[in-house]
Parts: sequence; structure tokens; C-alpha cells
Amino acid sequence: MTLQTIPITVPPVAYYAISPLLVVLGAACLGVLVEAFLPRHQRWAAQVTLTLLTLVVAGALLGAYASSGAPAATTLSGSLSVDRPTLFMWGTLLAFGLVGVLLIADRSVEPGGAFITDAEGVASGTHAEGVASGTDAGRAAGAASAGGISRAASRVGAGSATSGTSRAGVAVAAPPAGPIPAGTPRNRATAGRAGMRTEVLPLTLFALGGMMSFCAANDLLTMFVALEVLSLPLYLLCGLARRRRLLSQEAAVKYFLLGAFASAFFLYGLALLYGYAGSVKLADISSAAAASQRSDTLLFAGLALLVVGLLFKGSVAPFHTWTPDVYQGAPTSVTAFMAAATKVAAFGAILRVLTIGFGSTRWEWRGVLWAVAIVSMVIGAVIGLTQTDIKRMLAYSSVAHAGFLLVGAIAITQRGLSGTMFYLLTYGFSTIAAFGVVSLVRDADGEATQLSQWAGLAKRSPLVAGVMTFLLLSLAGIPLTSGFTGKFAIFSAAIADGMAPLVVVALIASAVAAFFYLRVIVLMYFSEPSVEGPTVSVPGAFTTAAVTVGVLITLLLGVAPTMALSWAGAGPFVG
Amino acid sequence: MNQNYLLLALLVLPAVGSVAVAPLRTNDRAAKSLAMAFALLELGLTAVAWFSYSVSAAANQRFQLTFDVPWIPAFGTRIALGVDGIALVMLALIAVLVPIVLGSSWTDRLPEGRTAAGFCALLLATQATLVGVFAATDVFLFYVFFEAMLVPMYFIIGRFGGPKRQYAAVKFFLYSVLGGLIMLGSVIGLYVVSAGRLPSGGTFSWAALRDLAAQVPQSVQIWLFLGFFIAFAIKAPLVPLHTWLPDAGAEAPIGAGVLLVGVLDKVATFGFLRYCLPLFPLASKSLAPLVLVLSVLGIIYAGLLAAGQDDMKRFVSYTSIAHFGFIALGIFAFSTQAFAGSVLYMVNHGITTGMLFIAVGMLITRGNSRLISDYGGVSALTPVLAGTFLFAGLASLALPGTNSFVSEFLVLIGSFPREPVYTIIATVGIIFAALYVLWVYQQVFQGPARGNAVMASMIGPGAVAAPSSAAGTAKSSFSDLTRGEIMVLAPLIALILLLGFFPGPVLDVINPSVAATMREVGLADPVGGMTP
Repeated sequence: MTLQTIPITVPPVAYYAISPLLVVLGAACLGVLVEAFLPRHQRWAAQVTLTLLTLVVAGALLGAYASSGAPAATTLSGSLSVDRPTLFMWGTLLAFGLVGVLLIADRSVEPGGAFITDAEGVASGTHAEGVASGTDAGRAAGAASAGGISRAASRVGAGSATSGTSRAGVAVAAPPAGPIPAGTPRNRATAGRAGMRTEVLPLTLFALGGMMSFCAANDLLTMFVALEVLSLPLYLLCGLARRRRLLSQEAAVKYFLLGAFASAFFLYGLALLYGYAGSVKLADISSAAAASQRSDTLLFAGLALLVVGLLFKGSVAPFHTWTPDVYQGAPTSVTAFMAAATKVAAFGAILRVLTIGFGSTRWEWRGVLWAVAIVSMVIGAVIGLTQTDIKRMLAYSSVAHAGFLLVGAIAITQRGLSGTMFYLLTYGFSTIAAFGVVSLVRDADGEATQLSQWAGLAKRSPLVAGVMTFLLLSLAGIPLTSGFTGKFAIFSAAIADGMAPLVVVALIASAVAAFFYLRVIVLMYFSEPSVEGPTVSVPGAFTTAAVTVGVLITLLLGVAPTMALSWAGAGPFVG
Repeated sequence: MNQNYLLLALLVLPAVGSVAVAPLRTNDRAAKSLAMAFALLELGLTAVAWFSYSVSAAANQRFQLTFDVPWIPAFGTRIALGVDGIALVMLALIAVLVPIVLGSSWTDRLPEGRTAAGFCALLLATQATLVGVFAATDVFLFYVFFEAMLVPMYFIIGRFGGPKRQYAAVKFFLYSVLGGLIMLGSVIGLYVVSAGRLPSGGTFSWAALRDLAAQVPQSVQIWLFLGFFIAFAIKAPLVPLHTWLPDAGAEAPIGAGVLLVGVLDKVATFGFLRYCLPLFPLASKSLAPLVLVLSVLGIIYAGLLAAGQDDMKRFVSYTSIAHFGFIALGIFAFSTQAFAGSVLYMVNHGITTGMLFIAVGMLITRGNSRLISDYGGVSALTPVLAGTFLFAGLASLALPGTNSFVSEFLVLIGSFPREPVYTIIATVGIIFAALYVLWVYQQVFQGPARGNAVMASMIGPGAVAAPSSAAGTAKSSFSDLTRGEIMVLAPLIALILLLGFFPGPVLDVINPSVAATMREVGLADPVGGMTP
């Protein structure tokens, strides 16, 4: 068929158009080399500089290309489409990457960074295994990190390091002081000397590059490769938390297994669609569906499997079961980056697949996605009510928001497209900043993620509580925050496309979801703080910058969203 | 286009004040003084606005003092401000009440760990959003302020309120958010409807949507109307969506309670007049019986409940619900007299209930109890307080000579020709009003001294809760009103009498806008368009 007629020639490459992607992926490779060849004590500074520089340069290139007025085009023989939505999502991803990297690279909140150090990494395996059976995650983590210390400082016995008072080089095995769990012995000097594992930064860049190509991919095979490129680094990043090691590793394994499953679904769907259309290009699938007299079974079976894979990445219920565990277990900075950026990539791909590949058949499949959107909104809002851990709560909030996003995404109109992309922008910044704040609220045991520990936080640190309140109000969609403008953009697009009943469900789900955001505000402001409640760490410059940017953009997009909206609505997909 | 910055200034000034006051956490006195300065400045600006408003031009100019700049072109929203007579009197009411609220809260003992700066900042923030709600002439902008208004009020109740404040604050917020989100559906729906009918695309401009109203079929109007109506019915509140108000009113600090029932709830009745009626005339007319039933039900039901309350703040809240029934009755009776009566009622209710609330608050600070059964024979100890309480109570039950009489009479006389049955039932509510007000007065103030709170103060000042340094002497026993408290109440008493005998100037401002609303509904007066 058509395959045989294509002569093998070198496809033209629009280097300028895809330069941001090339810069990010190139810098990721460079980061691996830095990791391999630089001495350990220089790596952190080098990697952070390299990563931030990369993101800035990529952003500058993107800005220059976008403002050059170049027409939307496909390149690399049609496998990547650099159109206006792609540019918008690339910009969004780079911005999230920048803020996320600031959080990831921070070493002041948790001395030495939130990731396992080299020494711990080596030691953790054996010790974690030894203690894991019959103990809870916290104790295992304590033993694991104690093992790390014993390797690094060679002084502290693995079993006896239960006091927060020990210092490097001073072999103090003080008796346990009060009810501090075994996860607490942090030998700060050791941690600082060992430094954080800087390969998280190149991994982040790889994930980011994968996301960028994922939402620009114009054929399903490229999309699949991009899916793997973005997923594999994320699986790794999730498992690298220094505190609560077992939870983190469990999260990584769970994410990996379920993610691999979802990839398989995607691949199976791809195969069916290839069987139907004889091509993996989205545009060809669309024209095949319009012209073909064949049975639609292959087409819709393929679409269903494909969409399952995509919805999994977007953590849309009922494909969300990994979300709470992974959000909770992963290091908070990684969760922040992942929550914001993966959503953009996943919904970018969903939008593109549905618009270009299946826009002509939307009346056949839209009913199913209506149901999925409703399920996602309801599950996210209702189960979110029962959560007692703030990271899990934000995870269910993300499920509910995924439902809202899907409402916008299935309105296959220009307004729906721009509204959904704008919502991704608003949601991402609020969420990154919210997780940034979560990483600041700590007790001796690390981050205090239990909601009960947040009681009376406003009394201890009014600023942090105020910032968190603002972000939660934004997530709840109260006017003058970005959450409201985003919701408005999506819901107006949906009503304009005749989905008023779905919007009514969405509005009621928003009201339910408002309750659990409100619960946190109530706890912070109206409850009395407990005596051994958490303290708020003084954030370092990086975390401060990240949270500040998140808050400012949340406010800006709530009050003056015009510019972002016009970018989001600059043009249609080109396939 | 000629921009008038007066309303923008009115909107921005309290917001600036809120930001300026918030950092004064260590100096309560400075915070209160600064907040008062801002409130008085706002009052002055409102006076300027009042006199800039031309009554003669109002007949052919729906909004005056207009300000209009684009906001979010992608949504078609504009920052459009303007007032008609109805909005103007509401702005005046806010401007008058806020300094009084600040004054009445001057000596309040705040919950532990709270500062006056926080309270004043939140109060001014509430004021800014309220001004926005009444001054907005863009539906989207209105919605933004309508929702934003919740946040500062939520924090006031939750941080500065009584023992069950958490519960009350959350209930208040959730009820309001639910209503607000339902309304959001209708707001978006309006936009989509306009986008389908206007060549220039969708709009949120109130005037444009009003002109469009005749083209929208009734079934669509009913859905959109219901979205707005449910939000307003929760906010008003109409029975059966009223259950948050007694809790919020009881737990809110006195000052916030005054704003809550005095102004915040008027947003709903204002919303009926400004949004429900002109934008959805067909739906308003066909659903009027529903609203009338709820109103009359509220008058009777809340009246009975008010009579049965033992908590004085809940008592005031229930009287308010009954009064809202009258206002809603006047609005959905569709006559200029009843409209004018309802608008005047909104103003008068803010003043009288505000005064009643403040008087109750002064009693509670003395007795440290909100329960009616803890008091008895207080008039012997505090004759002036008893007198002001009685005066506020009589104004609230619409005694001739007080302001409420004028408005209640207008509502009833205006409603009767079109809705005789409902009006007659509502009139029964007046009897309940006399019953519950006088009963409370009798129980608390008349007879021999009795009740836990009163007896505790008779035994000795030390027996009552710990006296605090400066205000301690005033609070530890039943002393009469201080000079400061009289200064707070005096303007309200003056206003009650003034509006009772000379309502003309206010009615002159209201009438042209009321007549315009009547034209927008598309109905003629049942008895020949006589305006009061």
C-alpha cells in the first residue's frame, strides 16, 4: 500500500522550530557526562547551572521562534508538529520545568536535598531488605539511612542511631530522646558532605524532553517513544526520596508496573489503529475513518486502548489508582514537577489525538468520555474528602482536576482547546507552589504531611499559611485566582459546545472539592496548634523563588489573564 | 468615552485600607484608628457620589458615574462600574455601616492570639468586595465580587467568632460556594446565549444582555434564572435554604454580624432586582408564585422560630429571615410601589437590624451570655441600653414613625393589588414581629432582676469573668452605655427617625431606577402606575 511508495530520503528538519526540544535533550545528555566526569563536590553547582541555563536558553529560543511568526508546520517527515498549541505547551512545560528544578535542586529545606545521597544509595538496598519485613516504612527508612551514615562516617552503628543529636565524627549513641521515630537520625554534616544525587537533574531534563516531544508528536509511534522517554526518568525520580524510603520505592515500583501496563495498552491500541488505517499518522487515521467502508471495530477498539494509556498518564479516574500512592511516596519536589508537567504532556497528547485523529468521529466516542469525565470528577472530589494526608489529598484533587480538563478536551473546538491549555497552565503553577509549601512544613521526622499536623499553622507562620490558603482557594476556583479563570475558560467552552449537563456535574463536583480545600484552611487558621506540631523551615532561595513564582502567576492569571489566553488561543492544531 | 473614576476610587480605597492596616499587628489602637480613617474617607467619597448622582437625569440614563475598561477580551469581560438609584442607596448604606461597625467593635475582646489589625483588614476587604458587587455593571465582574466577598467574611467568622465558629464558618462558606457555582453555570450560559444572538460575539455587559432578554425563549430563561435564583435564595436567605444564617449570625462577632445581615444578605435581594428580573423577565413572571410562596413561608416560619429562640444573636438572625420574606414579596409582586418599598426596606433593614445587633452585642458584653434566659430586669440597671434596645426593636417591628414602617407599608400596599392572598398572609407576620420583639424585651429588661448573668454581676464585680485592664470596669458589671457606645448608636437612631419622617430624598433617588426596572420586566402597574 502506501508504505511501498515512500522513497527513503533524508527528511528536511526545521532545526529552528525544534531547537527548544533539541537543547533540552542535548543538555540532558551533557548532564549525564557531567555526572560521569566531574568530581562529586563540583557536580551540584555544575548540574544546577547547566539545567537552569538549559531551560532559560530553550525558553529564549522558543520565544524567539514563536514571535518570528513562522507558520505552523510539521517536521521530521511529519512526526513532530510545531504548531501554536505545541509552542504554548512547550512554553508551559519549560516554565514548570524551571520552577520544578528550583524545588528539586533546593538543599536548604532538607539539608543536602530531598534525595538519597550517594552513600545511602549504596547502603540502602541491603539494609532496607533486612529491616523491611515486619517493620513500618519509617523504621525501615531510619535503618536504611543509618546504614548510609555508617558507610559515610564509619562511626555510627547502624542499629543505634536513633537520636537527632549525633554529629558527624562524634560517635554519640545517645538514648532515644522522646517519641522521635527511627526515621529521624539525620546526621546533617554527613548529609551535606555526601551531597545530593545530582543525576536527578539530567533525569528531569530527559523527562521534560520526553514531555515536549509527547505533546508535539504527530504520529502514534513518535508519541509512544516520547511516552517512554518521559516515563522512565519519572519512575526513577519517584524512588529516590531520602526520607521514608520504602514508601518512595513502593511508589516507584507501583508507578513503573502500572505505567508499563498503560504503555502496553497504548501500544496495543497503536497496533490496532495501524491495522485499521495502514498508517500511524494521526491525520491518516482521521482520513481513513472518514473514507473507509470497513467496520469501525478496529478503529474504536484501537482508540479505546490508546486513550486508556493516555488517561493513565493524565491520572484521570478510573485510571488514577497510582496517583495517590505515587504523589505521596515520591519526593515532594518531584511530585510537584510531575503533577504539573505530566498533566500538560498527557492532556496535550489527548487533545492532539482527539482533535486531529478522531475529530471526525467525535460523535461516536464522546459519550464514553463524558462518562469518564464524570467518574473522574466525582471520584476525585468525593474520595478527596476522606484523605488525611495532604499529599494524597492533592493527588485526589489532581484526579478531580483531570476530570475538569477532560470536560474541556472533549469539546473539540478552538475554545475548548485554548481553554484546556490555559487550565493546564493555571493548575500547574498553583499545584507546584502548593507542593512547594508542603515541602516546607516539617517536623523532626521530615515533612509533616498528616493533615492533623497542620493544625494552627497560621499562628506559627502566618505567611506560609496565607500563601497556602491562596493556592487552595485557587484550586477551589474562587474568583481573582487563576483557578477561577481556568474553570471559566473550560466550562464556557463546554457549554458553548452543548455540554451543559456535564458542566452542571462539574460545578457540583467543584463545590464538593471546595470542602476539602477548605478543611485545610480551617485547620491552619481556626484550630489550636498542637505542642509538638511541625515547624516551618526557612526556605532557601530556590524554594522561595519557586513558590513566589507560583503564587504570583496564580494571582496574575486570576486578575489579568489576557496575554496567556491569547497565547493559548493563537491557533489550531496542525497535523 | 467619559470615564468617571469616583466608583473606582470607592472600590479601591477600602482594598488599599485593608492592605495598609494588615501589617499593624502589634498596635491594635493604630490599626483601628487607621481603619476608621479609611472608613470615614470612604464615607466622604460616598457622599460625593451621592451628590454627583443626578436624579433628573436618571429617567433616561440607566447608570451614572460609569467607568468602563476592557478586562479579559478573550472572555468578553469588562471592568464596568456604574450605579443606578438602587445601587447608590446600597453603597450609602455600606459606607454608613462600616464606620459604625468599627466603632462598635472598638472595645471588643478578641479571641486569644488574634489582632485588631486582622479584623479591621478583613472588614475593609469585605467592604471593598461589597462595593464591587453593587457597582458592577458587568455580569462577570459582579460574579467575581459575589464570590470573592465570601473569603474575608469566612475568615472573620472563623477567626473572630464565638465558640462554634469553625462549624459556622464552614457552613457559611460551603452554602455560598455551592450557590455561587450554580450561578456560575448560569453566568456562562448567559454568555453563550448572547454569543449565539449578537453579531459581535458574546458579552457580559448588563445593558446588552438586558436588551437581548426579549429574544431568549422562556425555557432557556427559566434555566438561567434558576441558577441565579438559587444563589440569591441561599444568600438572602429564603426558607428552606436559610439554615446557615442563624449559625453564622450567632457565631460571627457583632460587627461582622451587622455587615452579614445588614449588607451581605442584601446582595441577594439586590440581585433579584438587578439580574433576575430584567435579564429573565419571562422566567421571573412564570416563577413568581414559587418565590412568593417561599417568601411568605419565610415570614411566618422565621417569625415563629424567632419567637422561640433563647440565643439573642440567633433571634436577630431569624428576624432578618422574616424581613427578607417581605423584601422578596415586594420584588416579586411587580409594582413600582412594592419595588420602591423593597429597596427602601433593604436600606432600613440594614439600619434597624444593625442597631438591634449592636444593642444585643452591648448587652452580651455586659452579661457574658447570649441566652435570653440568663437575663431579666436589666432595665433597672441600664436604662439607656434598655431604651435603645426597645427603640431598635420597635423600629424592627415597623412602628409608625420609624423608618421600617414606611418601607413595610409600601411593600404591603404595593403588593396587595396583584397578590392579595400572599399579602394578607404576610401581614400576619407583622403580628409575629410585635410578638417576638416585645417578648424578648420583656424577658430581658422588664421585671425584677433575675437570671444567671444578672445575678452574677449583682454579687460582685469579681464574680464575673476576668476583668481586663482598661475596659474591665465596663464589662465586669452592668454599667450603662458609655459615651463611646452612645456615639456609635446615635447616628443609627438619627437615621431611623430621619428616614421614618422624611423618606422623600431616598425615595427620589430610588424611584427612577425602580420605574426602569418595571419597564424591563415589561409589566404595567396594577393600579395606574402611581409612584409614592
